[in-house]
Formats: sequence, C-alpha cells, structure tokens
Amino acid sequence: MAEYVWPAAGDRLHIGKHISRLDGPVKATGRAKYAYDVNRRGMLWAIMVQCPHAHARITAIDTSAAEAMDGVVRVHVIQDVGTEIQWAHDEIVAVAATSEEVARDGAAAVKIEYEVLSHFVNERAVDEAPDAQPAQAETTGDPTAAMASAPTKSSGSYHAAQIAHCSLESHGQVAEWQDEETVTLWASTQAISGVASQLGEQIGIPASNVHVETQYMGGGFGSKFSVDRWGVVCAQIARDTGRPVKLMLDRDQEVSVAGARPSTHAEVSTAADADGNVVAWDSKSWGSGGPAGANSPPLPYVFSFENQTHMHTSVPTNTGPARAWRAPRHPQACLVTMRALEDLAHAAGMDPLDFFLKNIEKTGERANTYVEELEKGAELMGWRDRWRPRGSATGTVRSGLGLALHTWGGRGHRSNCEVLAYRDGLVEARIGSQDLGTGTRTIIALVLAETFGVGLEQVKVTMGRSVLPASGASGGSTTVGGVSGATRRAALNAVDAVFERIAPKLGTEMANLELKNGQLHFKDGAMAAMPWRQAATLIGVNPVSATGANPGPGQLNDSGVGGIQMADVSVDMETGVVSINRLVAVQDCGLILDMKLAESQVYGSLIMGVTYALTEERVFDPHTGQMLNPDMEFYKLAGIEDVGEMIVHMMTGPGYDERGVIGLGEPPVIAPGAAIANAATNATGVPINEMPMTPERVLAAINGGMA
Amino acid sequence: MRAFEYSSPRTTEDAIRMLSADGAVALAGGTDLLSLMKDGAAAPSRLVNLKAIPDLTGAHETDGGLHIGATTRLGPLGEHRVIRESFPAVAQAIAGVRSRQVLSMRTVGGDLLQRPRCWYFRAGFGLVPMHDGQSMAKTGDNRYHAIFGNAGDAVFVNPSSLAPPLIALGASATVLGPDGERSVAVEDLYRTPASSDESEFTLGAAEIVTGVTIPMRSSNNATYEIRNRKGFDWPLAAASVAVSDGGARVVLGHAAPTPWMSAAAAGALAGGISEASAQAAGDAAVADAAALSGNGYKIQLARVAVKRAALAAM
Repeated sequence: MAEYVWPAAGDRLHIGKHISRLDGPVKATGRAKYAYDVNRRGMLWAIMVQCPHAHARITAIDTSAAEAMDGVVRVHVIQDVGTEIQWAHDEIVAVAATSEEVARDGAAAVKIEYEVLSHFVNERAVDEAPDAQPAQAETTGDPTAAMASAPTKSSGSYHAAQIAHCSLESHGQVAEWQDEETVTLWASTQAISGVASQLGEQIGIPASNVHVETQYMGGGFGSKFSVDRWGVVCAQIARDTGRPVKLMLDRDQEVSVAGARPSTHAEVSTAADADGNVVAWDSKSWGSGGPAGANSPPLPYVFSFENQTHMHTSVPTNTGPARAWRAPRHPQACLVTMRALEDLAHAAGMDPLDFFLKNIEKTGERANTYVEELEKGAELMGWRDRWRPRGSATGTVRSGLGLALHTWGGRGHRSNCEVLAYRDGLVEARIGSQDLGTGTRTIIALVLAETFGVGLEQVKVTMGRSVLPASGASGGSTTVGGVSGATRRAALNAVDAVFERIAPKLGTEMANLELKNGQLHFKDGAMAAMPWRQAATLIGVNPVSATGANPGPGQLNDSGVGGIQMADVSVDMETGVVSINRLVAVQDCGLILDMKLAESQVYGSLIMGVTYALTEERVFDPHTGQMLNPDMEFYKLAGIEDVGEMIVHMMTGPGYDERGVIGLGEPPVIAPGAAIANAATNATGVPINEMPMTPERVLAAINGGMA
Repeated sequence: MRAFEYSSPRTTEDAIRMLSADGAVALAGGTDLLSLMKDGAAAPSRLVNLKAIPDLTGAHETDGGLHIGATTRLGPLGEHRVIRESFPAVAQAIAGVRSRQVLSMRTVGGDLLQRPRCWYFRAGFGLVPMHDGQSMAKTGDNRYHAIFGNAGDAVFVNPSSLAPPLIALGASATVLGPDGERSVAVEDLYRTPASSDESEFTLGAAEIVTGVTIPMRSSNNATYEIRNRKGFDWPLAAASVAVSDGGARVVLGHAAPTPWMSAAAAGALAGGISEASAQAAGDAAVADAAALSGNGYKIQLARVAVKRAALAAM
C-alpha cells in the first residue's frame, strides 16, 4: 500500500527544479491549435449582431435581407422582440455563412429596431444611481469610540476602475455534431467538464454526449467558466444546419461583454494608538460590475482589527456583466486597505515597513510568514537604506517606495486521474483538465515522472478532453493542487500495480521493489538494478492501469498563502507619468513543483498588475452607454517597456515544503496595484488613490484636485 | 466587408487616373486605412497601392532641401543620416512611434494623412459626432480631445507624428492631382471640418501627396512627447520646436483638429533658447488653450511638452 506523500527534499528528481513548459515549442512554432485554429470540412462562420444601446427593448427584427444573401446559411435569433436589453454589445442575432466575410455582411444586413430606455453607466456617481443597493454594515467592537479617543487618525477615498479580462484569445468555439445525439465542442474554456454538462442541459442531450476539447488556451483569468450563450448558439446552429460552425468573439465583444472586474470606490477612516497599533477601521464602499452590481470587497483586507466596521453598496449599471477576475475582489480590497494603512503610517510618522510589522499579528495565522517575507523583500528592495518619509524626494522626477500584503486560499479542487504504464516503458496520465497556459500539462507530466522515477521523455499527458477522468474548473488557484494530488495518487497506485504484476515474474515480492532514477531496484540487493524500460517489458501487452483522486489519502496539498510585494517607482511631477523602476514579489505557495513555472506565474501577475495600476480601464460613453475603448488601442495593456525590473523570490524549504502544493494563480496579482500606489504616494508626497494612475489622475492629485 | 478593386500602378500618372474613380482611395503602408476598413469606418470601392511607384520612395538632398518620397517608411527614415544629423525633431517623432511593426510599414504620406483616433469617429459616429444637436465628444468623454481650436463642434485631435516637426522645420508638401503638381506648406494640408461630411484635409479629388521637402536651414530642433505607456501609445501631448537665425517655430500635436502652430510660443523663443525662454514658451503656448469638460490636464501636458522640446533643442 502506497504512502501518499511527496518525496523528501533529498529524494526529488524533478520537483522544485526549473523545468520549461513542455508545450513551449509547439506554441512558439504555431503548431499548437487553439479553438480559433480549428477548421472543419464544410464549416460555417457565425457572427453575432450586437445591440448598440446600453438599455433598450427590442421592437422589431428583420432578417430577410441577411437570409437572402448568397452564402448566408442560417440566421438565428438569439433574443427576440420584446426582450429588454441591459447592456450595449449584447447579442441579438447570429448569422452563419460559408465564410467569415459573408457572415459579417449578413450580420450588417440584419435590421433591428429598439425602444431606447434610459441607462446608467457611471457608478462613480453613486448618488445618481437609480438602483443602488446598500447592505447592512458589519461591525466588530466599537469603532466610533475607538476612533474618537485615538491620537492618530487618517482618512481617504480610494478608487479602482472597472477593467476587463481582455484575454489574448477571445471567447468562442467550434461545434460539430457527429450524429443527432452527439456533439463535439472545441472551446476556449477554463472548465471542459463543466461546459459539457451545461451544454448538454441547455440543448437537451446527455452531458456524456457532449465532447469538449481544449488542448491549448490563450488565457481566461476567470472569464471562461461557462458555455455561455454563444456556445449554445454555436451548437444550435450546427445542429440546425448539419454543418460545423465556428463562432469566436471579436475583440470589441470580448472586452465589452465577456468579462469585467467590478470597480471599487471606498471611503476609509482609520486610527492608531500612540505606539502605532491600529485600533479602528471604518469603511464604506461601493462599486459595479454591470447589471448585478458588485459584491462587497473583503475590507479590511488581510488584517482584522479589534474595532472595525464596513458597509458596502452594490450599484447596478448598464454595462457588460462582471465575471470572476483573477482573485475576485482581492486586488481592489488590497488597494483600499494598503493605501489606507500607508496613510495611517504616515500620520503616525512611521516607516510603513515598521508599521506593518508592528501590526502583523492582526493578520492572524499567517503572521510569521509575512514577517519572513517582509524581511526578505526589504533585503531585495534595499528598503532599510532607501526608504524616505513621504514627500522627501525633490526635483522634477521623484522616486519612492511602497509595499502591500495579500492572501489567498488555493486549495486543490476535485480531480481524477488514470495512469497507464505500458510495456514499452511509456507512462501516461489521462486527466480531464485544461491547461490555461499556466503549465498544467507540464505539472502533470512532472509529477508522473517524479513518481515513476523516470525522465520527462518517458511520460505522456493526455488531457483537455471532457471524456477523460473529470477534473475541476481551473479557477481560484485550485488546479495545481487538484491535478498534482490526483496524479500523484494515481501514479503511486500505478507503481504498486506494476510491482504487483511484475514481482512474480521476477521471483520476488512487491514490497522488495522500488523505482528511482530510471531503474528498478531490489531493496534486498538479491538482484542488480535493471533499467525501467527493461522492467516494463514484464508488464505484458495489457497496460497497467490505476486511478487516483483529489482530495484523497495523505496531505498532498493545503490552503492559504500570504505574499508581500514592494514597488519602487518614479513620478514625473510635471506630467504625472508614473514609471516602474523595480518590483519585488516574495511569495509562498507550499511545495513548489516547478520553480520556473511558479516564477512565471509571478512575473505574469506583476505585468498584469502594472497594467491595472497604470493604464487599464473600461471607459463608457455617457450618451450611448457603449464602451468607448473596446479595442487594444485605448484599452491599454502594459508593454515590456512599462514593467520595469521584476524580482521574484519564492519561499521554500522547512515551514513551506511540508504543507504540500498550494495554488499560485491568483495571489501575486493582488498586491501590485496597492504597492505601486503606495510608492507613488511616497514619491510625490500626495495621496495617489486611484487606479489606473494615469497622468490625468496623478496630476490632479499633485495639483490638489485641480487638474 | 465591402468588396473592392485593388490596383498597383507603377507611375504617379496612372495612380492619379485610377484615383479619379468614385470611392477610390490611395493605399500606402495601410497601418491606418486597413484598420478603418476592418472597423467599418471606411469602405472604399477601389484601393490604389502607391508602394510600387519607384519615384515615391526614398530621401535625397536637392537644392531645395531634403526631399522625402511619400511612401518612404518611417523606420528607415529615422535612420537617414541627414535626419539624424540635422533634423532630430523628425528622428525623435519617429522614435516616439515605438512599434516596430508600424515603423516598418507606416509611410511619410500615410503618417501625415492618417485619420484621427477619436473614439467616437472610430466607433462610426463621424468625425464631428453629434448627439441631440450637441457635439457628442464635447458633452461626452473627451479626455483625449482638443484643447485648441475646439470652439466649434469638431474637437478631435490630429494624430500625425511627423506633422509637428515638419511644420516646425518649414517643410513643404508636393501635391499631385489631375490638374498637375503644386507645392504647399505642410500646415496647409489641414483644415477643421464643420461637419462629418467635410474632410480634415485640403487635398482635392484624386490628389495625392508625393513627397515633402525640408529646407536645409540650420536650426536647433527637437520633438518631445508625453505618453501614458512607454511603449506603443498615442501621445497625450507632443511638441516640436525649431529655432534658427530666421526665427522660431513651435508646433503642438494631439492638441487640436489640426497640427497647432503657436506664434506666442515661437515669440518667446525668438531670442534663443534658455531655461527661462523655454518655460516662457510653454506658458505662452497654452495661454489661449481651452479645456473641454474632461481634458484640462492636457493643457499642463502641452505646456510641459513645449518646454521640454525647447530644452531638448537647446
């Protein structure tokens, strides 16, 4: 019976090493086929007609001109006359044609009439919101009394704009029916198993008859968990026409309707005692991510104070709806909390590093981790030598330092894996997980190879198909713990099963066998070790098969991380342009399986963080309610010149490794904005409270609100 | 997308003839026109490719100055010896483009004649978009719009990278059309339309710019841009300055529906460039600027761009 543990530090063949993505070469050379790259014989292209109004009722739809066009095969009404539309760019009709060009012409020929209704798109003006939904305040202790008697107080209002996911690969899929009851969907999705169930239900066939295939994906960041209306429409048109159909969103649709991160606006008051201990917190927040408004950000973030109160107002708007955005609600809460605490530290006349350390016990069970990480970060940033009080910098271009803390769960999701060992020595993992581009395929291969004690060239990963053993959606940093746990258990069971099969042929007992470094060893030394590939021939023509699941026996993964980030920025006082000099990220995530992939997650997060900190926001036209920047020109993502130097340090070794695997997708993207805003505040000497920190906003702050 | 004809003449005469058809549009690098067509903001019936006309490309010195063919690409132009040595204002404007892809394709003529990036225009509301009888951009989100020349309904900004330095350097454009060739000052290529039915250019039907000529006059010249992103991004403000024995010129980009010449700023630099005169030029440049509802910060940026361009030229 296998012991379900990770190998000890000295016994690791692959774990913890810098291993490159196994699918790097096929991606870099263009051989990897994404959903958009799938082309089927006789395939139709579908284009969706969108509503130009942010709030309207459909009064008439005339598809006759489109239907009469050569090459148009099917016009499918998605939302019919009488429907009330709640956001611009919502999908009304889909036109399928023999080419993309004809489909676009057909879509342009569809005539839809609307009764235009009043819209609300500017949630910043919460007082003008027609349907603001305040929640009850959540209060601990007596913040009012604590505030009144405290010697040090601070207050401010902090703002994070609504942003989009803007995945490099847009949403969409190709659908093809094999027979009247069976359909294959090549989809860009974070949840192949879930999408199969959703589509089956919505089009009335068994979920087991929906085959979802996702080998490669260009990012989702939380926006691709659902089959979505366009997935259902694509499958319906394919069924109606008997032909494969491709329906992918254009960039303007992608950033308008396929995912938003809610805005957060907050007014915060804080207080500290004479020693710099935070004694009171009072926050009122509001925000919106579309017609459903926005859930409350977790305020105060990371810290819990003896006296605290928080009240949130959800503000529905006529904008494309929110979806989970990498670490939902956390980056906004981090900005609000860390900026407010930096302001309080300033009011107390303290270096924020000392101030955060002074209050670190209020972070709870992860306090020791934060202390270690803050010390490491301070060393990498040179904080102790370089930090100066707010406003000390002089000259036109002023630099400053800032820091922020974050936390996340990241426990492994439910996952199942089957491992097959063949007599040619190949070992295969079959697992119904997707790889969003994060390196999941590589992680599975690495765990499998580690467990069999063989090289990565000896293993194969079969994944990305919903017919394989079910694995959870990839969201919330749950994938690496889930797939590694399932694969490790399946592989350990498979090793046992191999031993069970070959031991008699070797005239020994299972318990006498051991696989390591590509060799089958005999513990009693009765026989010399033999190469794995030679031992594998004893398996016979029927491969050995074993399964494993997560959760399961043994502690292979855990939940809960804390990370810290520090920023060194320069601000041009005359132009308001913020430049990143250096970012330091110190992160724990338990046992690190592949150091290179882990570091890559953090680098990518920092870049994404610089983007939402400095340039990225959804802008809506007050007249039409349409998004004014649904493109890659004015929906501004950071380029390589914008990100500065990035230093990543992963916490490893005793105290970290033994916790097992913990997810890393979300944690490092939470704090960059807060750390950068604190650094910009430290540099300029004035509170920089709003993301993105565009020249316009920074100048307004420098000029005391008078841009 | 509307089906279109494509022709690729070898001579300017053939090009002018082919452009005389209704709906014909000249195609150079395509960095603007092709995206307009993809967005449905342009639907020409015929594209006349100018890149195959040998006479239209390359830069060479003439008696009148440095002549630059209209289809000369920005990337190579930025490496040209005369540009680097004598006209850093042009080289700096080219460097500000930041995108290797755009530098490889965008032409001098295409840069001068690119359409505004106004998000109302690009969304199909027209160059002078109106809503309930009011200028849509004036009453809407105008954070990137004009701070000069915005008294009327047109408040987009001219996006050309090259127009400010070329105008500052006193360059002229050669325009060829059915009625022959004419030479105009670069600033005279532009006008402010009163409605979306009018053009923002002064070119007549079937006229093309065949090249520009920068007079070989010794000057201190420079361009300074302020962008949100360090990489590929449209400037929030840009200014070019040229100061010679004959006087000073100061031109702002991304500030008005046309490249915006500031006589007041030029006057401040007439006695030469110093810290004080650069500051004075910046202040003078924006003295008559007028903010819209959401672009007041651009006045400050324009002031700084002029000051820093002057200091860079010193």
